[in-house]
Amino acid sequence: MTALVAPGSTAVPAGAAVLAARVADAQPGEAFLFWVLAAVSVCAALGMIFMRKAVHSALLLAAVMLSLAALYAVQDAPFLAFVQVIVYTGAVLMLFLFVLMLVGVSSTDSLVETIRGQRLWGTVAALGFLVLLVAGLGNASLGDSAGLKQANAEGNVVGLARLLFTKYVFAFEATSALLITAALGAMVLAHRERTAPKKTQKDLSVARFKSGDHPGPLPGPGTYARHNAVDMPALLPDGTPSELSVNPVIAAREGTAHMHSDLHGETEQQALEHDVEAVRAATARGAGAAAEGRAVVRSGGVSEGEGDR
Amino acid sequence: MSPGHYIALSAILFTIGGLGVLVRRNAIVVFMCVELMLNATNLAFVTFARMHGRLDGQIIAFFVMVVAAAEVVVGLAIIMTIFRTRRSSSVDDANLLKY
Repeated sequence: MTALVAPGSTAVPAGAAVLAARVADAQPGEAFLFWVLAAVSVCAALGMIFMRKAVHSALLLAAVMLSLAALYAVQDAPFLAFVQVIVYTGAVLMLFLFVLMLVGVSSTDSLVETIRGQRLWGTVAALGFLVLLVAGLGNASLGDSAGLKQANAEGNVVGLARLLFTKYVFAFEATSALLITAALGAMVLAHRERTAPKKTQKDLSVARFKSGDHPGPLPGPGTYARHNAVDMPALLPDGTPSELSVNPVIAAREGTAHMHSDLHGETEQQALEHDVEAVRAATARGAGAAAEGRAVVRSGGVSEGEGDR
Repeated sequence: MSPGHYIALSAILFTIGGLGVLVRRNAIVVFMCVELMLNATNLAFVTFARMHGRLDGQIIAFFVMVVAAAEVVVGLAIIMTIFRTRRSSSVDDANLLKY
């Protein structure tokens, strides 16, 4: 970096001024903060470019903006740091995320290049631009910073307000016009004219019957003495299972009609005998259990009764 | 830290944003890269304000933020409108003005 010293100034006062400026501008722990935040923001910015999902890009952009807010705070700009957090990270990025959710989170970039070699040449152009910027910066004499101790003597917000409402008051007023225009523009762009009248419940009902499909609810699955599950199809009057009564996902899994083989058996008579046997066995089991239960209850009741006396 | 460090960081972030604008196709991501470039310039403005010891740079950064907020609102509304008609948020699909 070559420092361009003004012709009139001698070396010793310039050095003293630089030293004084450095002392006035000292910020504790600035170097550490700068390197950490610079690394974070550059990595997050690179990640933002190379992430394929737009939501990840938005979150990494939030990381960049937060680290920049911290850098503003380090550089004696607390008001801008808060505005950065509230307006950018809070409002603008939330707007981005809203639009991303509306457009579709899964929308990723197509990898087809419309212009051949666009990625390569884009990278080359960006690198060339960076080289240009760095060369320009190397030639400029940036010197040391004067520091904002004096300008922020009354406080950063007061100092900004003094400038904003005196020197830049016209720009400030123009900003209000810009904001109103932007709000109106967004409303006009987002507004959608209704081209067809809104469908009433009657229209919806008519459309449902006109389509010729089953208008009502589909038949429910079968409920039987030994089976009541959603994968058991209902039986039609002629004894065949109705595929409509079962969820198509379940119906596709197994031959659901097969499940009824134990119900109607080989012949009707066999199925009837099966069922009668099953019912008898169940009744016998139930009677046994009930008898045991009564016995238990009686003994318990007796013991309680004795305790009462 | 000398201002040069901050300006260099600002230049790097600006270049990354420009690279994103050139390379990415999703209109929303392109927009986010533009925001990154605006933020990089804001960092340069804040650094220059500190370097000169005057708050004018911070005022400019403030105005940049205001304009960026307005721009985001309108830009995202335009992207939504295009998405509604074309079912796509790729910048390659909005080429009706090309021919």
